[in-house]
Amino acid sequence: MRVLCCVKRVPAPGAKINVTADGLAVDAAHLGFTTSPHEECGVEEAVQIAERTGGEVTVLTLGPAEAAEQLRYAASVGAHLGVLVSTDGAAWDPQRTARALTAAIESLEAGSGAFDLILFGNESADSGGFQVGVRVAYALGRPIVNGIKGIEVDGPVVRARREIDGGFEVYEMDLPAALGVKEGINLPRYPTMRGRLASKKLEITTLVLDAAGGDQALVRLHRPTETVSQTVILGDGPDAAPAAVDVLEELGLV
Amino acid sequence: MLLVVLEHDRGTLGEPAREALTFGRTLAAKMGVEMHALAIGAGAPATEQVAAASGDHGAARLYTVDHDLLSDFGPEAWGQSLVQVINTLQPGAVLACGSERGNEVMAQAAARLDWPFVANCTDIIPPAGGGGQWSMTRIQWGGSLLEDATLTTGTALLTCGLHTVASAPVEPAPVAPPETQAVAVELDAALARTVVKDRVVLEAGVTLPTAPVVVGGGRGVGSAEGFAPLEELAELLGGRVGCSRAVTNNGWRPHSDQVGQTGTRIAPEIYIASGISGAIQHWVGAMGSKHILAINIDPEANMVVKANWAVIGDLHQVIPAISAEIRRRRDRP
Amino acid sequence: MSEFPASAKCVVIGAGIVGNCLVGHLTKLGWNDLVLVDKGPLPNPGGSTGHASNFIFPVDHNKEMCLLGVQSANQYRDLDLSVDSGGIEVARTPDRMDELQRRMTSATAWGVEAHLLTPAEVSELVPFVNTDIILGGFYCPTVSVVDSLETGTVMRRLAVDNGCRVLANTEVLDICTEPGPNPGDHTVTAVVTGAGTIETEYVVIACGVWSNRLANMAGAHIPLVPAVHQMADVGPMDILAQTGNEIGYPIVRDMDTFCYERQTAGSMEVGSYAHRPIFHHPDDIPSNEEAALSPTEMPFTPDDFDPQMEQAIELMDMLGDAEIKYAINGLLSLTPDAMPCLGEVPEVRNLWSAAAVWVKEGPGMAQVVAEWMTFGYPRVIDAHGADIARFYPEERPDEHIWARSAEHFNKTYGIVHPAEQWESRRNLRVGPYFSRQEDLGAFFFQARTWERPQWFESNADLVERYGLEEREVEWDNRWWSPITNAEHLNLRDNCGLVDLSAFQIYELIGPGAVAYADRLAVNRIDVGVGRSIYTPWLTPDGGFHSDLTMMRMAEDRVRIVTGVFDGGRDEFWTRRHMPADGSVSFANITDEITTLGLWGPNAPAVLGALCDADLSQAGSPYGSLVDVELDCGTGRPVAATLFRISYVGDTGWEIYLRWDDGPAVWDALMRVGADYGLRPTGGGVYGTSGRLEKGYRLMGAELESEYNPLEAGLARPRVKAADFIGKEAYLAAREAGDPEVRMCVLTVEDLHDARGRKRYMQGGNEPILTGDGERIVDSHGRVSRVTTAGPGPSVGKHLLMGYLPSEMAAPGTELQVMYMNELFPVRVAGTGAVFDPDDSRMKS
Repeated sequence: MRVLCCVKRVPAPGAKINVTADGLAVDAAHLGFTTSPHEECGVEEAVQIAERTGGEVTVLTLGPAEAAEQLRYAASVGAHLGVLVSTDGAAWDPQRTARALTAAIESLEAGSGAFDLILFGNESADSGGFQVGVRVAYALGRPIVNGIKGIEVDGPVVRARREIDGGFEVYEMDLPAALGVKEGINLPRYPTMRGRLASKKLEITTLVLDAAGGDQALVRLHRPTETVSQTVILGDGPDAAPAAVDVLEELGLV
Repeated sequence: MLLVVLEHDRGTLGEPAREALTFGRTLAAKMGVEMHALAIGAGAPATEQVAAASGDHGAARLYTVDHDLLSDFGPEAWGQSLVQVINTLQPGAVLACGSERGNEVMAQAAARLDWPFVANCTDIIPPAGGGGQWSMTRIQWGGSLLEDATLTTGTALLTCGLHTVASAPVEPAPVAPPETQAVAVELDAALARTVVKDRVVLEAGVTLPTAPVVVGGGRGVGSAEGFAPLEELAELLGGRVGCSRAVTNNGWRPHSDQVGQTGTRIAPEIYIASGISGAIQHWVGAMGSKHILAINIDPEANMVVKANWAVIGDLHQVIPAISAEIRRRRDRP
Repeated sequence: MSEFPASAKCVVIGAGIVGNCLVGHLTKLGWNDLVLVDKGPLPNPGGSTGHASNFIFPVDHNKEMCLLGVQSANQYRDLDLSVDSGGIEVARTPDRMDELQRRMTSATAWGVEAHLLTPAEVSELVPFVNTDIILGGFYCPTVSVVDSLETGTVMRRLAVDNGCRVLANTEVLDICTEPGPNPGDHTVTAVVTGAGTIETEYVVIACGVWSNRLANMAGAHIPLVPAVHQMADVGPMDILAQTGNEIGYPIVRDMDTFCYERQTAGSMEVGSYAHRPIFHHPDDIPSNEEAALSPTEMPFTPDDFDPQMEQAIELMDMLGDAEIKYAINGLLSLTPDAMPCLGEVPEVRNLWSAAAVWVKEGPGMAQVVAEWMTFGYPRVIDAHGADIARFYPEERPDEHIWARSAEHFNKTYGIVHPAEQWESRRNLRVGPYFSRQEDLGAFFFQARTWERPQWFESNADLVERYGLEEREVEWDNRWWSPITNAEHLNLRDNCGLVDLSAFQIYELIGPGAVAYADRLAVNRIDVGVGRSIYTPWLTPDGGFHSDLTMMRMAEDRVRIVTGVFDGGRDEFWTRRHMPADGSVSFANITDEITTLGLWGPNAPAVLGALCDADLSQAGSPYGSLVDVELDCGTGRPVAATLFRISYVGDTGWEIYLRWDDGPAVWDALMRVGADYGLRPTGGGVYGTSGRLEKGYRLMGAELESEYNPLEAGLARPRVKAADFIGKEAYLAAREAGDPEVRMCVLTVEDLHDARGRKRYMQGGNEPILTGDGERIVDSHGRVSRVTTAGPGPSVGKHLLMGYLPSEMAAPGTELQVMYMNELFPVRVAGTGAVFDPDDSRMKS
């Protein structure tokens, strides 16, 4: 089975995210980069599926040349092939991103056949547009369901679980299909040292594609104004319990 | 006209739809148009509850799409339905709540129309004088950053960030439910492929997203067993236990209990955050809470600083003491 | 929260291992009005302590680093916050095996238990080591793993219980100073924090990687750079988890790959000093809020670590399949000379540095600084190597710090020769003869910033004349040449010209100059104009701060001439103790004056060819200063001051000249000297062989604050009436009678090792042992060890210096010295010169 997982390179920030002077990007000067968390789980899921079915995992990213680091990371945890759609590093709007990814997947599939399953992250950690996967799947004519926290491949069928209040719903699709997965679907493995070293040998296919931009434009990023709350310290240790329960009582909860 | 897509579950209107209507009222006023609502489903999607609730929250009219294929939620079928409704009604903008389903349905519609879609707005300014450029502020990094953006489009496809507003009915309440109007759609049978096949209910009663009280535990809890007193307190208060990412990463709790950017966004009456430092990943999932009580040994912990109230101390001592105090007061004659 | 402290006796900035231990030690010494500030939260404010690997290998060739490491390990032990895991340094190469023999030697010197292991023995202790690729191991059972965070907490609590106030999450924004007390001085007044200003008398910067930024706030420098040390935590592995302990197996240092493997519960931490140097400016370290982990746990750059992974897997195959759970570019502090920065900073009075200290030496170094602040000098150990005042201005800019740190980072586990020279940042300071010396093939050694010829290739012909040879073993021959012995013998036979431009020269000027000079010096400075005084400067406890020459130039002017290694410390000491009444001013005239040394039996004849002065012992007596004019054939007489003195044992002068006049005098001396066998002569003779044959002591080698003038053999019969720093302690030592130990010169009686090769001790703290091979330790715990070693070409012996108990100081006493883990017989020659003990050659 051939599984494709699309990933995004994002900064790994701390509690406070700084913005560059022009307001157009996160100031990543002190930051490392990582794979957007949902997608890290997507890679793990793809690798597990491939391990179960004897398949092959391709990881695709759109980003600057440095995004090869995320492809190698995926390879270090078991992905087999890496494809980079290279940009100049500027943030692309969702439509442009989706168009380029669609073209990339079409070109890959034209070369070596269709992917049975395409995994996206439910949304990216940074821009959080909640749409690229859906747009790509639609353009490719594949069914897609988002919010997936469980995948079971059964011959030509994939069953996917989506968390809802108090339980989950089950979707069932014929392959080929696409899914938007969420963190929690698995606990991604860490790379082993040998895995890391092997990933250095990953040959990365670089595609240079462009696509028409969409109609949404970034003006600037900024931090939300912090509401400074005056924290009332109710006390120290268990002695503060009555004061805490007073609060709960006021809220009508006791 | 501003069209608000109602998120409902088998005819039950949930909190996200009410938030969308509440947010939409303001937007419609800025646009100078009426707010209408859309219920998509099979059988009678505009149940009395849906109709009444949408009216209560300011919808002047309720459109319904009724199709056999829509017997349960299905992102593609809902998205295709929405496309046809848009084509029929030509609304000035379409708004849903930025919940999982809301964003997904809007993305499906946007993909089909090849229109832009702006998710998780916190503020929207329609084009002056009709037509032209929209401006909006939207959520990035789960709320750690905001993005000012512009959108050039005919009909704007938008969602408002979950818990950006607290739902509120219009006052005074309308005397009658809104006028209901059916819109016919044609759906390819193939779209059934992504309609919910089955549902499994694991637990009845309150769930993390809807719980009025959430008792959260972080790294400071120390172990899976350490959550027992948190469970006890949550049960006493009719709430649920939540946790930070560190906890799920340690395997102490299932991921479904995780509050945060990549977990659940909660909006309880009170969030009792114990042993949680308040990393941004967690905070953006908890910031919808109406009140926060932090329990932490570190008075400088981020969660303490951001809380309404705090108890400085070891949660392993403080939480059982709170439970005991609640029981004592309840037992009081 | 309690009220903000508006004032304090002392503010300590930084609550890492050093700051916490410092407030603890200060408290023990009676300080109670302390404030400890950190911008981060407690107990882990986000500095290097928070991610330290927390292990201590107690053996180091360097005395300060070794003994303070041992001292620190014991402090952790005393708090029961340490586990003796043991540790093994494994060797993959023969060179490393030699180095392990040298480690054994240092272990013996410092009294640390150690054993050399065969690969099989290594495997018994650490079964997962690949014995196919190692040749052996150096095992230290007392290698320990410590809990530095908890230790810091305990020490902080001790201080808090005695009045210290702690401000966490409080950033220091400025350190305020005011001018004075003397012109050019500045004194600390307050610390400005985000929460308010604290008026204070003392400030200590214990801010680890941020220290220089804090020092800069006050106009001072703490020359260190935040540098990356990569480490990765891999696991879990059953064999480790099964130990059930945080640390169950000895730590392994894979010395030849500059890596270590240290168990942490079920995982292994692999740390590296092999990757490229990666430095950050303090301003480029993220804040606690901005950092994904902590500020000093910077994003891992895996490409830099890949080669280390391969090597780690080579050594421990199981690591290859373990998951990399955590990997960081951890920040630590590096300095230009790989030593810490302790003590009062020279630029600002009462501003102290306790920086560039790692967890392994934190508690001990904190004790050093606390004692220094309390008693005016450290007591636990001589800390001159860590004294922040050692740096010259050229050593403080980032350019220098970065270049030097980049050069030595990969030597953290390197095999570093005692005489090893730097490659970067050379020729910072050169004498006026530099181009001439280059033309003569000078091989330069750098003394801090100053280039000094060690020998001249142009003298290679003398090697044959004297029948000299290269040393047999490459290690002994490294950074050495037989030319230096040839220059020595030529000087004794004829004459040598030595460039002494690196001398650091100061003047005290003013009506109070002589009185102040007397306050600094043990020996009397209030002597006739034109006379010089060789004198110790003592610490308040009566140990050596310095030894140098002072010259009475005029009624109100005293010149101070000191060695280049101690210039920074001596200048600071001089300025720091100056009276504030305006009676004395200070001038550093190093750049104005150049000095040439001219020695040997033909020296008077050579110099006589350039001047008409009476150069006999009558006209230019030993120790005197005579102003003359030299005729260098340039048509313009050159003014010179002749100082009849000798550090090499033959008659001659230090010739003090205006800097610009130097080259003409050099040329003239070389020209007229040609007929007298004059040769340019290097520091190998001046600093080592010449002085060794005469038994002359050198500051920093024989002379340390742990020893007093009686022990060093530098006490005079009488003590002057005037008061001086350390007098009370000095008098007490004299009262106590014969010193317990005496500085001695020893001769090596047989240089042959077990393989029949001639070996030459380097003066790297080789232990001096009894005939039975026992360590010799005095009642203060001071060990007998080689302080200087070198050739004695005129006496035909390899010579050693070292302190010995008085009963062993008798000439003829037979002892042994350990070198490269082998024992060689030595004999005590005495406490004075082995060559011309009556000084007849110097005074004839």
